[in-house]
Amino acid sequence: MLYRTAGQFKTSYKKDQALFPVRQDATLLALILGLAWIVFPFMASEFAFQTLLIPVLVYSLAALGLNILTGFAGQLSLGTGAFMGVGAYACYKMITIFPEMNLIVAVLLSGFFSSIVGVAFGLPSLRIKGFYLAIATLAAQFFLVWMFEKVGWLYNYSNTGAIQVPNIDMFGVAVAGPLASSVTKYYFVLFIVTVVTVVMINLTRGTQGRIWKATRDMDIAAELIGINLLKSKLTAFAVSSYVVGVSGALFVFLWRGAAEPNLFDISLSFRVLFIAIIGGLGSIMGNFLGAILIVALPVVLNILPELFGIEIASATVEHLNIMIIGSLIIFFLIIEPHGLARLWALIREKLIIWPFPH
Amino acid sequence: MNDMTHDGYVTEDGRQIGGVMMEMKNITLRFGGVVAIKDISFDIREGEIRAIIGPNGAGKSSMLNVISGFYTPSEGEVWYQGATRPMMKPYEIARQGVARTFQNIALFEGMTVLDNVMTGRLTKMKSGLLSQAMWWGKAQAEEIVNREQVEKVIDFLEIQNIRKTPVGRLPYGLKKRVELARALAAEPKLLLLDEPMAGMNVEEKEDMSRFILDVNDEFGTTIALIEHDMGVVMDLSDRVVVMDYGKKIGDGTPEEVRNNQDVIDAYLGVAH
Repeated sequence: MLYRTAGQFKTSYKKDQALFPVRQDATLLALILGLAWIVFPFMASEFAFQTLLIPVLVYSLAALGLNILTGFAGQLSLGTGAFMGVGAYACYKMITIFPEMNLIVAVLLSGFFSSIVGVAFGLPSLRIKGFYLAIATLAAQFFLVWMFEKVGWLYNYSNTGAIQVPNIDMFGVAVAGPLASSVTKYYFVLFIVTVVTVVMINLTRGTQGRIWKATRDMDIAAELIGINLLKSKLTAFAVSSYVVGVSGALFVFLWRGAAEPNLFDISLSFRVLFIAIIGGLGSIMGNFLGAILIVALPVVLNILPELFGIEIASATVEHLNIMIIGSLIIFFLIIEPHGLARLWALIREKLIIWPFPH
Repeated sequence: MNDMTHDGYVTEDGRQIGGVMMEMKNITLRFGGVVAIKDISFDIREGEIRAIIGPNGAGKSSMLNVISGFYTPSEGEVWYQGATRPMMKPYEIARQGVARTFQNIALFEGMTVLDNVMTGRLTKMKSGLLSQAMWWGKAQAEEIVNREQVEKVIDFLEIQNIRKTPVGRLPYGLKKRVELARALAAEPKLLLLDEPMAGMNVEEKEDMSRFILDVNDEFGTTIALIEHDMGVVMDLSDRVVVMDYGKKIGDGTPEEVRNNQDVIDAYLGVAH
């Protein structure tokens, strides 16, 4: 009943191509945005900001970047973690060289560095596909992390070999570093994630999105209808690495506060890949659903035993976590291999015709 | 053949066929030691429906791939719209107004019918990445203008009711039609159809024949097609090229080809 579309007629192509042709979807989004922008910041505790809200946003953005490449353009990549690292180190270098730089500008610029690196490692995609390409991006993963360790200039020759986020002010308010409050950090991340997501929605719904999807679905036919595959794949690598780089800068500057090279190792790549797959490849919303699942689940599982007054050793909880998350991932992939986004689409389709499915 | 001049000819049903649009000059195509096409020459005239027929493995599809630029001929040259075509990438040839369909349907399965047909218009869409990222303004206006063109094609091929359906869910016959729609959306000068009726029942074949004739009639599109159904070929086409073992064994009106002894031998076989 909630999802009744009767009476909503489209009288122009403009209206038909609107982002939310169904009114209820727009209302739902407005609600979620209202929650994210107004309700959460007032309700959330320090713990919730640090373990739930900010990580969900950062991981969503990283998965969104990967999804552009893998879900939309069909090019497999295992180098996401390293590309996040490029964004983080680029941002760190810019901030330490120009301490007066606005952090928003620095974060948005750092994406361009990982974009360039992404295109360079994307060049093999013109010749190789699928698993072989994944191995090529794996080379990027190991090479870049090795570079973060060995090139002292990147971490300003600090003794620990790690990068430490300094205190950064913007318009007189501390936004990053030890002095910044969690609410400001949250708003900063939320702002960037919102802007980048809107831009990615626009890119994927129009011409460029169709070029990418055509490349993904049938590259030979794509070329014969006039698509330059070289350009299509490289723009996918560029845009994807840009978003991943921005998420990497946020990851370190607005969440972790410090980073060692091995933070960006292969397990981070896999984590982001899991989020994208569980959320749904070729979907924008899926990244957020996937990130919520992967980030929130361990937190919820940690709190649950306490709520029921059961005493379990923390090591056992940790093991239980891993087991439950693993089996949940398998479970989700079996009931819906196209991810949570498809699951939601199915529920929505059913709701629209409920209660008269015939 | 009807009075054939340099400037074209008039068909039996009164259509004016123009001058030569594309000419294949002594095309040879080799894959290693295998010769797929051996020294074949023929032309395609403006406004014509030109069929390429032949037994299995005769090299028809290879010929179509040469025309659409997917294969580069080992020898010989392709003359198109007043000039010899230089070495080109397939996507550049598509931008010169050559569109095609495939023998085994090559649609973008993950997209809706509407999006598939919209991809046919990619060569006409010029807005840059930045204006697309902003969406409002230029990119949106362009999207709407092209949508109107696409809707014309959708109306023409009578697939309005499935425009928002993902292609993967469609039956075979409709997929073939969507593929034709995608090719037509590009407003091609030359339309290549690789076995448009393969695997269809009589009714679907009739529909497809009607669409092919209408496309030729209403848009004046030149069509080159490969087909195995002889009845269809003889009824639709103005002139027919017959290939066998990579060689051309006949060329002319359906009537001429039907009475050509080499063609009869190729299809029925002869005692050696």
